[in-house]
Amino acid sequence: MGEGFLLLFVLIAMGALALAVIWFIAIYNGLVRARNEKDNGWSQIDVQLKRRHDLIPNLVETAKGYMKHERETLEAVIQARNAALAARGPAAAGRAEGALGAAMTGFFGLAESYPELKANTNFLSLQEELSSTENKIGFARQAYNDSATRYNNRRETFPANLVSGGFAKAELFEIEVAGEREVPQVQF
Amino acid sequence: MWEQIRSNRIRSGFVVAGMGVLLVVAGLALGGALGGGDPGALLLGGVAALGIWFVLWLVSIQGGDRVMLRMAGARRIEKRDHPQLWNVVEEMSIASQLGRMPAVYIVEDPSPNAFATGRKTENAAVAVTTGLLRVCERDELQGVVAHELGHIKNRDVALMVTAGVMMGAIVLLAEVGVRALWFGGGRRRSRSSGGGGAEAILMVVAIVLLILAPILSQLIYFSLSRRREYLADASAALFTRYPEGLASALEKISGVAVPLADQSKVTAPMYIVRPPGPDGAMRATSLTATHPPVAERVRILRSMAGQADARAYERAWHQVTGKGGALMGARTLAASGVALAAAPERAPEPHAETRAARARQASDAFLSASGYARIPCPGCGAILKVPSELAGAVTACPRCGTRFRDE
Repeated sequence: MGEGFLLLFVLIAMGALALAVIWFIAIYNGLVRARNEKDNGWSQIDVQLKRRHDLIPNLVETAKGYMKHERETLEAVIQARNAALAARGPAAAGRAEGALGAAMTGFFGLAESYPELKANTNFLSLQEELSSTENKIGFARQAYNDSATRYNNRRETFPANLVSGGFAKAELFEIEVAGEREVPQVQF
Repeated sequence: MWEQIRSNRIRSGFVVAGMGVLLVVAGLALGGALGGGDPGALLLGGVAALGIWFVLWLVSIQGGDRVMLRMAGARRIEKRDHPQLWNVVEEMSIASQLGRMPAVYIVEDPSPNAFATGRKTENAAVAVTTGLLRVCERDELQGVVAHELGHIKNRDVALMVTAGVMMGAIVLLAEVGVRALWFGGGRRRSRSSGGGGAEAILMVVAIVLLILAPILSQLIYFSLSRRREYLADASAALFTRYPEGLASALEKISGVAVPLADQSKVTAPMYIVRPPGPDGAMRATSLTATHPPVAERVRILRSMAGQADARAYERAWHQVTGKGGALMGARTLAASGVALAAAPERAPEPHAETRAARARQASDAFLSASGYARIPCPGCGAILKVPSELAGAVTACPRCGTRFRDE
């Protein structure tokens, strides 16, 4: 009789242990997936930023012929773009990209006063490309922040917080330039 | 989106499992009634029910993804055909973290609408009508595309196909079963040794079940379809951070009551708004509606009080529909984290195109995706769109009458 109970007890204990191991693996894998999703979100931002860098010189060249008296603005845009290209490290890059975004907003606001430029189909398609790239940068940032938040939540809530010692907290990508938060006011 | 997919999948899984139980019960009832209570017949009935479902399911997954696109006459576009639409889809793919961009199609139809297909993310496709492109501003288009990508991300297409097949099997079984019981039941009665009473009860039970099962399964199907529409709206608000975009698009779409060419209750759940009936009227809401009423959807989106996350949508949904119970799973709500603010009122597009320009761009995109070439007339310079079959033939310009060979 006694051996029967002992056997049962051992079986139950082994079953519980197996379940605990499976549970641990599932949680660990979940954390890894969440972290990978977050990292993937980060690299998406880079892809869109690079695209913006590539599009800008073309846009400025097209505009030069029409905006002959706006040389300073055009040069400022090119300089901001080169600065962003050269920036190293997330903090510096964040600042440089924010400055470039502000420069682009100023440029498009200015382009409103040049009807001939706006009639140029090349310029229009470039503008659509660039404004779409600006959107994509925004959405990539948003997607990264969403996945970073999910990852952090998963890390910090029970039961995962018991095993998440090896996982670092993710930083959210904050906007670096105060001016970028404002909705651009177009004056006529 | 892990949590959202998983918790919704579990809940929907229960619903579909419930329908499966209904299917098996109907099969058992049929088998039992036909066989006069014989347990072998009972089992056969249940197996037959599952068999019907299996066959229908096999049929449905054979090229099912592209069937709807072909039925609607959709043309796949490249980026150069309609850069704005392409960019909007790409933006929303990034925001929804779909991983890869779905194929983009345009349907030539004046009725504004959009749909998504594809049971797996790799086969995913989103289609919009030229009517939608004509009517919507960029932000509104973004909202609509975000709603469709929400369907793809939440695996709604696979779910509705599964539920639809289940419902089809139940309806089929019920029709066949009632007929079999009516005509075939009489013959078997004499073989049974159980006596008239038990036989009769079994027959009645079976007939009642076979009448109720299809009704119940349809109610479940349409209720599931409506629920997924709300969830897709919530996803759109989250992706765009701008619920007003989708709200305003829905208003515009429902205001234009032009009937959609591709009419069917089967394909209706896939569209963003239930296509208007042949007479152009938007049918009144009923339990068999595949979509919740547009006015309600718009009100919910506009009651989100400057927030864009799942919890805000759930709150707004409770407030507007007054329904009890939960729309989203507890896990989804918990995972939505800190309240996400919606983007402030967007400045209007600097060069907002007129409707005519958008309409022209949309039909140009459709023609170019259909293989039409754009040939400038040597006489007056007008751009002619020539179908590929006429390549190399002599054509006359409709405006100035110059005849030239299209190289």
